[in-house]
Amino acid sequence: MKMTMEELDRIAERQRAATYLREGAGHAKVTVHLGTCGIAAGAQPILAAFLEKANAANAATAARAADEEQRKAAWVLVTTSGCAGLCAREPMATVEVRGAVPVKYGDLTPEKVARIFAEHVQGGRPVAEYALVQGSERIS
Amino acid sequence: MSPYRLHLMVCTGTGCVSNKSLKIKAALEREIAARGMEREIQIVTTGCNGFCANGPIVVVKPDDIFYQFLSEEDVPRLVEEHFVKGRSVPSLMYTPPGETAAIPRMQDIPFFAKQRLVALANKGIIDPENIDEYIARDGYRAMARALLEMTPEAIIAEVKAAGLRGRGGGGFPTGVKWELCRASPGDEKYVICNGDEGDPGAFMDRSIVESDPHAVIEGLVIGARAIGAGEGFIYIRNEYPLAVSRMTRALEQAEAYGLLGDDIFGSGFSFRITVNRGAGAFVCGEETSLMNSLEGVLPEPRVRPPYPVVSGYRGKPTNINNVETWVNVPSIVRNGAAWYAGIGTASSKGTKVFSLVGKIRNTGLVEVPMGITLREIVHDIGGGIPGGKRFKAVQTGGPSGGCLPAEMLDLPVDYESLTKAGSIMGSGGLIVMDEDTCMVEVARYFLSFTQDESCGKCTPCREGTRHMRAILEDITKGKGREGDIELLEEMARLVKDTSLCGLGGTAPNPVLTTIRYFRHEYEAHIRDRRCPARVCKDLITFTILPDKCTGCMACAKNCPVNCIAGERKKVHVIDQSLCIKCGNCHSVCKFAAVRVE
Repeated sequence: MKMTMEELDRIAERQRAATYLREGAGHAKVTVHLGTCGIAAGAQPILAAFLEKANAANAATAARAADEEQRKAAWVLVTTSGCAGLCAREPMATVEVRGAVPVKYGDLTPEKVARIFAEHVQGGRPVAEYALVQGSERIS
Repeated sequence: MSPYRLHLMVCTGTGCVSNKSLKIKAALEREIAARGMEREIQIVTTGCNGFCANGPIVVVKPDDIFYQFLSEEDVPRLVEEHFVKGRSVPSLMYTPPGETAAIPRMQDIPFFAKQRLVALANKGIIDPENIDEYIARDGYRAMARALLEMTPEAIIAEVKAAGLRGRGGGGFPTGVKWELCRASPGDEKYVICNGDEGDPGAFMDRSIVESDPHAVIEGLVIGARAIGAGEGFIYIRNEYPLAVSRMTRALEQAEAYGLLGDDIFGSGFSFRITVNRGAGAFVCGEETSLMNSLEGVLPEPRVRPPYPVVSGYRGKPTNINNVETWVNVPSIVRNGAAWYAGIGTASSKGTKVFSLVGKIRNTGLVEVPMGITLREIVHDIGGGIPGGKRFKAVQTGGPSGGCLPAEMLDLPVDYESLTKAGSIMGSGGLIVMDEDTCMVEVARYFLSFTQDESCGKCTPCREGTRHMRAILEDITKGKGREGDIELLEEMARLVKDTSLCGLGGTAPNPVLTTIRYFRHEYEAHIRDRRCPARVCKDLITFTILPDKCTGCMACAKNCPVNCIAGERKKVHVIDQSLCIKCGNCHSVCKFAAVRVE
């Protein structure tokens, strides 16, 4: 194979998509709360729905962005953490858009995920009717 | 597109592999598969994380949760709690000594917080066996730039302006060396990467090759282009099987991508690299010996001049640098000389990788900016001396470096300061010693090493080190004479000044610095027949204190020569004529009844 700059870029782009997660980079981070309560309430399908949306959005980003910086800036990460403490409202997720206050959503369904993803993660406007709270607890 | 929500960075440096990290990886795969999460969680094997003392290590991305001392039994709980339920597991995290709260995030752990990564920038982040991951981290971009946009002169000017100096020990300006080699007449030129790393306790180069082999290749290609070499060799000692296999694999992948071979990037520049395995001779760290070894003859150093840049491998102009030097090159070309020159001190630019070993809490691999003090490395990053012992000395530069005392801890780590203190930067071994270390014995030990490794070609090194060792042995055996110290100093100077190569030229450093900073210990051995650190067997006696002995019989049972007499619940006595001073009685006594003096 003959290596060219274009080919090098292509390999880098393809692989970067897989390694953004390690760098914690991106436009937004969605944390699905996978405590026992969350799992029992159906957090796994919620996680799957967010992952599916994020993958589709990231694929579109990769195709559209002019360069690496743009791509990195628009990336959406999906990760998981434990019980958020409000077990009665599981399944829950926290959406953090860069530069904005984190918002916690409760009683999620895959349909709500679709709207939260489109309006909040991508559009930057929190979906007030599904939101439980803004911000995080204080950690002293 | 990555559907993964977590990446598990499993350290597979040699340290963690010997602590069974591959079994951890297999257990993780099993547990994750059992829960059907293979498509959500990616397991990545990486090179050395650096915190070797606490291996096996797994770092969980994107949140950088640091797990240490993992065992196979921990894995099901880790997977269930953290990866299924999202609750990280504090009991598997790092807890600073004397504290109770674990530190979850890697970058908050003091060991990592003070480091500055250039040579090891990809450690623990990429899979060294996957070239695409290197490319995704801007890999081979500097090489493309060097081949397509820069003239050889411009590359050399960049490396010179960066102030990069040889990381193998000599500290010679790398750009100047390249320039000399480029200027040497001849069409056939070579570049060599020295990965012999013979210093006991040193593993910087091994870890770099294991963590980021493509960065070494990229540096070598850029250097070859600057110099005008068509062929390169990477010389790795055979005792580094993982480094050899990762480098071999990396070369295959680079060749398959056309990053090595003919007409790279369509630039018209062709270059090939071969891995050569060394047979583990310390003298091969000396560049002319290494070239002889490559040619298949005895690895003895050659007389210089002519220098290798004029007449090296097969008598052709050859440029040789060590692994850490080469690995800095792509960063310099990519980020510019000014960026690199902005790190470090006036005369020592960039960072230095050290392997931190000996009596130190956080054994491992660290990369720090030049100019950091020894105290910061030993106490802040290294976590100080374990077991409540006091710091006594740190040896920089491996077996041919000097031992620096506590008063020198505020010394900045740069080439000039270390040389002035009687030591060397060397390739980056840092051996920490505590109060239980006898400095005369340390000098004897290291001189024995260099004497064993002396190739014997030149008289000062072969005979000089042999006689110096004999004098040191006498001193540690209580047979030292007045005037020995002065004789050692005189011989040390002679060996340093007249040896053919760097082996003899630095071998006396441990002797000279221990005399300079710990002369009283030599005097105690010679005049008082006493070893202040209570190490030298011929100068110490073990006695049982009658008022403390409870007659528990532990010492008698553990004495390998049965020289301790005494009945149950009665005071025991050591027969001094039979005692071999192994120290077993002292270690097993629970009542501090065995005195050593």
